[in-house]
Amino acid sequence: MAENHPVGFQWVMEARERGAKIIHVDPRFTRTSAMADVWAPLRAGSDVVMLGAIVNYVLQNELAFREYILHYTNAPVILRDDFKDTEDLEGLFSGWDDGKKEYKTATWAYKDAPASEPSDKGPSGGHGKDRGGESTDEAVHRTDPTLQDPRCVYQVLKRHFSRYTPEMVGRACGISRDVFQKVAETFCSASGPDKTAAICYAVGWTQHSNGVQIIRTAAILQLLLGNIGRPGGGILALRGHASIQGSTDIPTLYDILPGYLPMPVFNAEGNRFEDYIQKHKTKEGWWNNFDKYAVSLLKAYYGDAATKENSWGFDWLPRVTGDHSHLGYWLDMADGKMEGLFVMGQNPAVGAPNSRLERKALAKLKWLVVRDMVEIETASFWLDSPEVERGELVPSEVQTEVFLFPAASHAEKDGCFTNTQRLLQFHEKAVEPPGDARSETWFIYHLGRRLKEKARKDPRPRNVGLNALTWDYPTQGLTAEPSAEEILKEINGWTTADRKPVKGYRDLKADGSTTCGCWIYSGVFPAAGENKARKREPKGPYGHGWGYAWPNDRRILYNRASARPDGQPWSERKKLVWWDAESKKWTGLDTPDFTLDKPPDYQPPEGAEGDAAIAGDQPFIMHPDGVGWIWVASGLKDGPLPTHYEPLESPMKNLLYPKHATDPAAKRRERADNPYAESPDPRFPYVLTTYRLTEHHTAGGMSRTLSHLAELQPEFFCEISPELAEKAGITPGGWVTVSSPRGVIEARALVTSRMKPIHVEGQVVHQVGLPYHWGYKGIVKGDAANDLVAISQEPNVRIMETKALVCNVAPGRRPRGKENLAQAEERPADPLTGQASERR
Amino acid sequence: MTTTAFLTDSTLCIGCKACEVACKEWNGVAADGFEWTGLSYDNSGALGHSTWRHVAFVENAPVEGFGGNAGEVLSWSFLSDVCKHCANAGCLEACPTGAIVRTEFGGVFIQPDVCNGCAYCVVTCPFGVVQRNPDQGKAFKCTFCYDRQKENLKPACATACPTESIKFGEIGELHEVANRRIEQLKSRGIDDAQIYDPQETSVGGTHAFFILRGDPKSYNLPPKPEIPTVHLRRGWTSAGIAAAALVTGTLLAFLGGNGDES
Repeated sequence: MAENHPVGFQWVMEARERGAKIIHVDPRFTRTSAMADVWAPLRAGSDVVMLGAIVNYVLQNELAFREYILHYTNAPVILRDDFKDTEDLEGLFSGWDDGKKEYKTATWAYKDAPASEPSDKGPSGGHGKDRGGESTDEAVHRTDPTLQDPRCVYQVLKRHFSRYTPEMVGRACGISRDVFQKVAETFCSASGPDKTAAICYAVGWTQHSNGVQIIRTAAILQLLLGNIGRPGGGILALRGHASIQGSTDIPTLYDILPGYLPMPVFNAEGNRFEDYIQKHKTKEGWWNNFDKYAVSLLKAYYGDAATKENSWGFDWLPRVTGDHSHLGYWLDMADGKMEGLFVMGQNPAVGAPNSRLERKALAKLKWLVVRDMVEIETASFWLDSPEVERGELVPSEVQTEVFLFPAASHAEKDGCFTNTQRLLQFHEKAVEPPGDARSETWFIYHLGRRLKEKARKDPRPRNVGLNALTWDYPTQGLTAEPSAEEILKEINGWTTADRKPVKGYRDLKADGSTTCGCWIYSGVFPAAGENKARKREPKGPYGHGWGYAWPNDRRILYNRASARPDGQPWSERKKLVWWDAESKKWTGLDTPDFTLDKPPDYQPPEGAEGDAAIAGDQPFIMHPDGVGWIWVASGLKDGPLPTHYEPLESPMKNLLYPKHATDPAAKRRERADNPYAESPDPRFPYVLTTYRLTEHHTAGGMSRTLSHLAELQPEFFCEISPELAEKAGITPGGWVTVSSPRGVIEARALVTSRMKPIHVEGQVVHQVGLPYHWGYKGIVKGDAANDLVAISQEPNVRIMETKALVCNVAPGRRPRGKENLAQAEERPADPLTGQASERR
Repeated sequence: MTTTAFLTDSTLCIGCKACEVACKEWNGVAADGFEWTGLSYDNSGALGHSTWRHVAFVENAPVEGFGGNAGEVLSWSFLSDVCKHCANAGCLEACPTGAIVRTEFGGVFIQPDVCNGCAYCVVTCPFGVVQRNPDQGKAFKCTFCYDRQKENLKPACATACPTESIKFGEIGELHEVANRRIEQLKSRGIDDAQIYDPQETSVGGTHAFFILRGDPKSYNLPPKPEIPTVHLRRGWTSAGIAAAALVTGTLLAFLGGNGDES
């Protein structure tokens, strides 16, 4: 966190100065470790063992926050008798279909709950997830408040993690018993009615073939300890860019629409509006409002053209017809199935996995539009990429027409950032963009305007939706820049008849009388001239009045959990919101994440729906059962509980489940241009992990091009331990060649004791660290670490595995030209001996 | 005018180098090369004419209470070094043109339009801070953001520091802050914490003092810095003795003469 979020890390430092303990779990000793009280260096890819062992520690020592888990989680819920755990099936849950390589999830449902198969398991990712209510209904369940029933979640969880012991942590993660004890004790002792502990993570957890389940393990731990919905608690996803939270809320993802509404899938349930609504609108819980948000969004898209008769224009929305995730369509591109591509604010030629494959795929396009502040590698792949050097691409033969558009930076345009904390902060243009540089808003608006002009003259049915699209943003200035504030107004929403701003998402209706571009942001612009994202008047400990935190300016989500079931704070020290019996309202230091006048003892009447079906002591209002899910009955593709699987490439066997080394539902996408190593593989004996440095930003387009940043980390380097350097004959400061089955690159050797060999199961695992900022353009250049990474897909969100793969290292520079090609493509050689191995 | 100072606390520094970048951006100091040193994460190397804030990265033997799993694994500490703006400044005393002045804020400032590039200041700085820019032929170092201070702004580095490792303020207040901080660190068992502010030597204290742990030498800070002028008396005495000896010798030569043939 100190490495990549130094500004946010100031609060961690402040907490440390007030007595908080910092635990840092990372294969490398980083700037964060240097500030921490405990550093637990683990073998990359063994996170679920480590976290699962803390869960086990909590359960074995009965450290769970009993009253919290009884009332606020599904720990007491009884599960089906026919559910089988990975402990019973040696690494698989019940329901595995080995032919289709996917799970049938019926046995994961609560006992007595209806269970069917989610229909969109194929093409859609996990972002537009099954929220419950489709394949099952979590509101239907039985509980055992004593937590003794062997089929209750608590007991199933206890058995599931019983082999995740400190000893196993030593064997699989390489963390000593002492260090593990220190981590578990420190973390658990900081939780309880008057204490909380937080977990911060970033893509060090996400970018694994089981990334979602790593984060799930943390969620289980935090629910057990009562650390969700309370001040100082939570799981904080540290986002990697200024507005990456914003770009999932109002998504650049293929499978969701604004506000986490699923993108319709091309199948029976996705084709008719009624079926789409029925599928996603839950009977109980907040998603019962699904139709209101969907109709209001369609009204924002299509305006007056969206009517009840034409299902609000639902038919005009595109459908998901396959895996349109970045990695999915890039493989399609490599196979020549795509004509053109827009690349904005991204540099996949350097920043995406198997970037060699990604660059070569670009050459299969007819046209490529790149918008950036500089000419990035993606725009010049045809001219100066390593593929040109290797003779794989010949500039005069590349048919791709590249259009490079200069982009305005954030200081050169108005706009809105949504940060890690869901805080919307509006920013104003400080200077005019230079020359022809324009904002994304300008580009998209004017592109849309021109396309609509063309479509108006073209009566083909395919243009009906484009013709119906509202595209009436007012523009200003010489360049006709669309007003960012007007767009934010549309996002906030208005009443359709008179365009009067709505006060928030509770005002939205399913009858077309309201228009709203993104329901979760509704309330950011509640009245003319009142742009709350622009406010800079913080008050109180949570900074209300500075920006706007969605939803409804709540600074901490699910904060009903900060009070006991009877509505009073768990403790004075950790009070946040509470029930005021006098005024009969929820009140407190934050905006209550609960219906304000719903008393703590409210019990839903028989047949109640929506929010009315959520009792007064159930904080997790989005779920049909109103509680936090230790057990996930529906919505995940690789199991209701997290289980340790090895990375897709690993020097180790899976000690817990020898028969199922890797996540069975993860997609390898293995092919000739995306090959894998064996596990273990004598050619690639070391673990490789990639990461970012404070001094650079992602693929380097915004930092390698700036002299004051480029000089701080001017060369691509490789971090290795003195032990590995000696073993491989690498000189500190000299060159080192790093290879994987995907490619061969070179870097300077930074030999440091901050990299420690890990001792696991009688073997020494050496880990190699590569920052991935370099490429072939900019003031400082270097090979791209991502040339070594495989394209793979985590089952739920389809992310690649950059944090744990295998490699080899050898002293000296990499081969050049065709020789490199031979090494990279034909026969992945062992760079130590120079001998080619049999291609597997 | 208030006498101001920097207090740079290495125990709060996370090594982000925001101070280095903010300094160069504000003062218009150009990048000075893209050389990878291989020395930890430090590619700036040292203070100089084009680096007025420099973050040292010190990878050390295990030290108790210092980084994760202290005592078992190595420590990695960071310190943002800067011109000390000495109470008795060697550079200022040596400057023959009057280019180096003491500002109303107590800082030591080189006026580039007066500097003739003789580089006496370079050799007289006990910390190796001042350096001559070979292209411009003038000496440069931290200005203490004199222009910003004139406008009641904090220096750029202190403004950019995310963890308040670089503190800026009235010198007396900062001395108190430093003393309290040392007490606090010691109460937490960090016994090797100390203030680095050479008061006892001829430097006579600084306007940029530090809180650091262990040996100052590990951060490239001299344990007992002296300004060259303390050597003046000894130098003049030696010169006097030498001159007297020369005169005596010469006289003796004449007196001892035997009236030669010419």
